[in-house]
Amino acid sequence: MVMDETAKAVLDVINGEEFKEEGAYNVRYNGQALCHGDTEHVKIKKREDGKNGIDVYISGEAKEERLHIPVVVSVSGMTDEVYNDFYVGAGADVTIVAGCGIHNAGCNDSRHDGIHTFHVEKGANVRYEEKHYGEGEGTGERILNPVTKIILEEDAVFTLDTSQIKGVDSTVRKTEVILGKGSKLFVTEKLMTHGEQSAVSNMDVVLKGEDSSAQIISRSVADGKSRQVFHPRAIGENLCHAHIQCDSIIMDHAQVASIPEIDAKHIDAAIIHEAAIGRINNEQLLKLRTFGMTEEEAEAVIIEAFLN
Amino acid sequence: MLKVENLNFQITEDGKTKKIIDDVSFEVADGELLVITGPNGGGKSTLAKLLMGVEKADSGRIFLDGEEITDYDINHRANAGLGFAFQQPPRFKGMTVEKLLSLAAGKQLPTAVCCKLLSNVGLCAKEYINRQVDATLSGGEMKRIEIATAMAKEHKICIYDEPEAGIDLWSFTMLVKQFEKIHKEKKESIIIISHQERIINMADRIMVIKDGKVEKTGQKEEVMQGLFMDNPVCGCMDEESC
Ligand SMILES: Nc1ncnc2c1ncn2[C@@H]1O[C@H](COP(=O)(O)OP(=O)(O)O)[C@@H](O)[C@H]1O
Ligand SMILES: [Mg+2]
Repeated sequence: MVMDETAKAVLDVINGEEFKEEGAYNVRYNGQALCHGDTEHVKIKKREDGKNGIDVYISGEAKEERLHIPVVVSVSGMTDEVYNDFYVGAGADVTIVAGCGIHNAGCNDSRHDGIHTFHVEKGANVRYEEKHYGEGEGTGERILNPVTKIILEEDAVFTLDTSQIKGVDSTVRKTEVILGKGSKLFVTEKLMTHGEQSAVSNMDVVLKGEDSSAQIISRSVADGKSRQVFHPRAIGENLCHAHIQCDSIIMDHAQVASIPEIDAKHIDAAIIHEAAIGRINNEQLLKLRTFGMTEEEAEAVIIEAFLN
Repeated sequence: MLKVENLNFQITEDGKTKKIIDDVSFEVADGELLVITGPNGGGKSTLAKLLMGVEKADSGRIFLDGEEITDYDINHRANAGLGFAFQQPPRFKGMTVEKLLSLAAGKQLPTAVCCKLLSNVGLCAKEYINRQVDATLSGGEMKRIEIATAMAKEHKICIYDEPEAGIDLWSFTMLVKQFEKIHKEKKESIIIISHQERIINMADRIMVIKDGKVEKTGQKEEVMQGLFMDNPVCGCMDEESC
């Protein structure tokens, strides 16, 4: 099996110009593993429990390593469910570039559910980048339902960077993080929805270990008649710090709901939640128009910067 | 040349109408520096916004080099050659100073040009170029970046609304030099709304706006008699940074 031009173009969007078949990588295309490569410190193995997906072993020796695991679905009507487990050794330092793009030219729904579990050992540093994208002239929906489970051992650091800017009709995202002693979580979520699209993001962050901390920043723009729901939940079970910040721009006839939940179960748990929803600032629009931009151009610039 | 004829603007609040700009007419010649001054609440900012199209006049006409721009909206006026620096500039979450300056110039500016624009208004360019134009910048910093955006492009006429507000004395001196330079080149006409004596001293002409009306227009000596008796010599409006 080889990728056609359409699929290659989608791959470029979700993985940037950067992706090459070198280093550690695994490309999944229309429900099958297309190609993969290992390195000295990163080994990718097919799962043996009968489920689709891979087990990725990253040794503690890995330093500034990059791993690419893009997924492309270009067959209309396909449901692709994949389970990927990552075992990150103590002291490893790795960036994992994931991402899923769907091209749907048909009238049936195309769907990818990526269930990712990360076991991050002591002191390891993981950056996980995930870009979701959809395109195609078909009437079938493009659906992405990612589930991300992260278990952080002592002093581990995890940066989760997700973005979904275009073309995904429906998404239900579920993220669960359990933080061990002294571990740190940084989440940046960027989302834009158009037309009739809908996006739901549920996130549970359990600060179990002493001195663990979490910072969650969510920025979103809802246009057209799209709907977004954010439900971040931080549970402090020990001396810990958590800061959740949800900021949304609402346009046209869209709807955005932000439902914060903070739950402290320890006297030294310090948890903050900030949420704001509002229309594009009129002063900003006026200012950009004094540069000669039309209202539409100015809006696009503001949104781009906001989601930057 | 900018020509303004019988401009009127009123607002309605709680069912009562209030005239903010009352039959204002004036001209600004090519290369001229006009300073507009007058008491707070007199209507200076509103007049400036009417010129730029940020507010729409109820009646009156505006011409730029003979072209009637009365019905142009903001971006058309900008493209016709008007520039504007707001009294209270907005912040932009996620936008870098460099990006904002490029947008202002209408093209991608080389970093060196951005740096020059910033140092011209007394900002140490290195420190600011990649900063975001957000709440982490102080009022005085915002104000100077705002002025730099107006200077990023050549206009037929550029309007600065109280450029001195909130900035320190040193930056103010830089700013005055910058205005002098632009004025000397005579490529651009300038309108500065100001209460500052040093800016008023640069003016070719001064116009006093009070209660929405042009109270006086003329040279400094004719217009300013007695006006500065109570003002401090220091140029700072912001006492902390003074
Ligand atoms: N949008 C507005 N709504 C209500 N009042 C306004 C508005 N804009 C200006 N004004 C009023 O118009 C008058 C002139 O304001 P402004 O033009 O800002 O004066 P200046 O710049 O000379 O201090 C003031 O009384 C101000 O309160
Ligand atoms: Mg004013």
